[in-house]
Amino acid sequence: MKVLITEYLRINLDSELYECRRCNGALGSARETYKRGLLVYDRDPREIHKPLLDPKLYERTYSPHPDWCRILEFYCPHCGTMMEVEYVPPGHPPLHDIELDIDALKEQWKDREEVIEPPIGPVPPRRTHMHGHGHDHGAHSPADTKKN
Amino acid sequence: MNTSIEDNEVTREEAAVRDRFLAENRLFLGPDPEIMRNHSLAPRTEDEERILSQGVDAHQVHQIRGLVNAALTESFQMVNQMGAAPGAKWGDLVTGVFTKSGDLAMISPHGIIGFAICCFYPIKFITKYWMNDPTVGVKEGDGFIHNDARYGGIHNTDQSMMMPLYYKGELLFWLSSTIHEGENGACEPGGMPAAAESKYDEGLKMSPFKVVENYEIKRDLLTFLQNSVRDPKLQLEDMKVKLHATIRLQERMIAILDQFGKDAVVGALRSHLEDVEVEVRRRIRELPDGTTRVNAFMDSTLRENCIQKIQLAITVKGDQMVCDFRGSSPQFMNRAVNTNIASFKAALGTGLLQNVWPDLPHTMAALSPIEIVSDRNSILDADGDMPQAMSLMPLFKACVIFTIPMNKLNYSLPKRYSAVIAQQYDQAATFIYGGLTQHGDVTGNFCSDINGCGQGARSNADGEHSISPVFGFMADAGEQEMCEEDTPIVRLGAQRLARNRIGFGKYRGGLGYEQIATVRDSNIWGFMTGCEGSLFSSTQGLFGGYSSPAYQLCKIKGINIFEVLANEPKRIKEFDIVYLMNERPIPGGKYSTHDMGMTFEMCQEGEVYMICQGTGGGYGDVLERDPALVMKDVAEDLMTHDVAKDIYKVVYDERTLIVDDEATVALRNAYRQERIRRGKSYDQFCAEWVTSEPPATLPYYGSWDDPKTIYGTSGAQRIKMDADKIQGSFMPNPKDLKIAELEAQLERYKEKFGEAV
Repeated sequence: MKVLITEYLRINLDSELYECRRCNGALGSARETYKRGLLVYDRDPREIHKPLLDPKLYERTYSPHPDWCRILEFYCPHCGTMMEVEYVPPGHPPLHDIELDIDALKEQWKDREEVIEPPIGPVPPRRTHMHGHGHDHGAHSPADTKKN
Repeated sequence: MNTSIEDNEVTREEAAVRDRFLAENRLFLGPDPEIMRNHSLAPRTEDEERILSQGVDAHQVHQIRGLVNAALTESFQMVNQMGAAPGAKWGDLVTGVFTKSGDLAMISPHGIIGFAICCFYPIKFITKYWMNDPTVGVKEGDGFIHNDARYGGIHNTDQSMMMPLYYKGELLFWLSSTIHEGENGACEPGGMPAAAESKYDEGLKMSPFKVVENYEIKRDLLTFLQNSVRDPKLQLEDMKVKLHATIRLQERMIAILDQFGKDAVVGALRSHLEDVEVEVRRRIRELPDGTTRVNAFMDSTLRENCIQKIQLAITVKGDQMVCDFRGSSPQFMNRAVNTNIASFKAALGTGLLQNVWPDLPHTMAALSPIEIVSDRNSILDADGDMPQAMSLMPLFKACVIFTIPMNKLNYSLPKRYSAVIAQQYDQAATFIYGGLTQHGDVTGNFCSDINGCGQGARSNADGEHSISPVFGFMADAGEQEMCEEDTPIVRLGAQRLARNRIGFGKYRGGLGYEQIATVRDSNIWGFMTGCEGSLFSSTQGLFGGYSSPAYQLCKIKGINIFEVLANEPKRIKEFDIVYLMNERPIPGGKYSTHDMGMTFEMCQEGEVYMICQGTGGGYGDVLERDPALVMKDVAEDLMTHDVAKDIYKVVYDERTLIVDDEATVALRNAYRQERIRRGKSYDQFCAEWVTSEPPATLPYYGSWDDPKTIYGTSGAQRIKMDADKIQGSFMPNPKDLKIAELEAQLERYKEKFGEAV
């Protein structure tokens, strides 16, 4: 039995290991932080959120300041998928963000059917426009592109 | 000393007299912790117990709820259509029905959800303190007003009108209407003064008091309130609108009572609350046992930049859920960005009902089974004496903070109640304004652009652009023309999506839009802004998706854009922030960038102020984004070629936008290998990366690695505190710091060049 945990992680309840959902590679004990099974890279935020204003003219440029904010990128060591990112001040410990009770998880799933593909939940409600102006507010999904 | 039994009995009698005397002669009826720290449902009343113990007819309950919903929708529409405040026009309001105990049972379906988790506090205060007070009392036709969030509420710009509903002489329910009014007589116009350094700078602080008798507003009190704010017309008009919407709601409720009888309606509303609680517990029980965590880092007090941590650990065990915020930033004694815990819970409830369980009825019962733990005197559980006028900063964080840890808890579930969605942009990115209008009226308020935050990406689709405010999915971004009719603000660039400012991911966040504003036909006008996130990204991605970029305030001062446009219409190619700031097409202008926290500042005619609404967080690895979606974003001018190629690693023809699929796959595979080469093992990385405390050069507030140790400042020096003994930090005046810096600079020059400098 395998339990989906995130877009990229699942727990194999038999082996008690985290696994990569892209390459099926084993990552590490489900009783520890999954991050121990991943590779980490300290990214200068200006490489992702590039300065849009000229840094020679301005201190604030739409880029996070590298002395205040770093991006920790976590990769699958087998396939290089970026499974998680964490924005932190320099030197801040990475967060133990998922700490599940594996014994309770086994008990919970003993009567459930395995889920291979996660269900897509309903879109959160919102007020519909009172005036029709025929555009999609940019909510692209693969289905949109097929129309083009 | 020996005492006889008789002596003790006398003593007990005396104690009773003493206690009664003290109860009747309390010096000050401030916010009551017994009310304000309890977000759970009250026990059943005797009537509710009698009715529910007999069992209720579920079909009838459903029918009654439908009719109450219709009544609430009607009263909402009345306020929406007639309200004068910009907040009312664009949906920042609610109408609600409460049980006799004051629990908020139902709100108007389009109403702001946060109000459902906080409007009940002042009614419980009225019930406890005014109901039996001979100088106040509660009777049919009374109406009570309130705005101070310390007695309940989101923040002090919101004013409520609350009425008891009597049916056949018996108090059965409470009704209310609340609007974000804006102006409240604070030290800065618009009701959200970042400059407030004490609670006495916040303007009106109305504890709940009676302002309506026999369904008429008392003119003497109305005059006092009008005399206390910059916009007396607004104060009058919206008090009347709220009163009459509430009266209409009362009429509809009485009709429902006439149709079904008291027991049916009382039973329906109480069972509605209890059913929601039962369902929330069932949903908690479905989740895996364990703990998920998230940190959020705010970078501004709106007066100076500093990191303030908000830390959350959600622990589930069985049907119990505990949300532990211990380890968060300490409160600031002279900054406006604190909130009280009740307001914070209102924002948490908003996030829960918008992003996690949006199918649940919007009622306080959704949050009531969840335990909230916090450090006293932290920024999110501040002491009542702390200024809270810009509590929006931690409150907006609370609106999205569930997103990441709850998705990590519920991703495994076989059934979903909502899309898996990354954080919505979580800042109040709008202009707050004040001054003299072109019609000669004094006013102060905010623009409805606050309602244009980009949506977070979902597991199967991009986020929608500028969809709604982070605190209310049902509010609209408004029409600029109406703002220009009422105020001298002229929008030079509006609703233009902010190119390249994107929460990247397999699916990207919806973008925000640029706001480029100036003023015309007023010689006394000013703006303020209240956002953080100019140094540290404010809005986080999910499952490998990137966060928002940073956003700063841009200005072009010392110019009159209208003269430029009149004299040289072709000088300015477009009103686009990046173009204006980099190309500097207007000669003689002073171009500058700033933190997004700007206290009220005068704007001369034709000077230009520029901010952005922001993007929602991205979802998933950028290398998994469908190249066709990348091309669509380029085609729609949301993104430039360099960003498309560098971030998403797509190989394509820039002219035709035709993708080379094979080359793209090869490039992406090569980049994955590059990641593997440069990544370090977790243990090695932590050994090299983690420091024992925050960098000495970084002003940092909150815990670092241990939630029991809190970093703050005293006398501008860093200190460490035990989490159960947090003291607020008193911040130096930024102008004093600037003066000291300039004086030191002057001294250095004097030493170098002599007194002649």
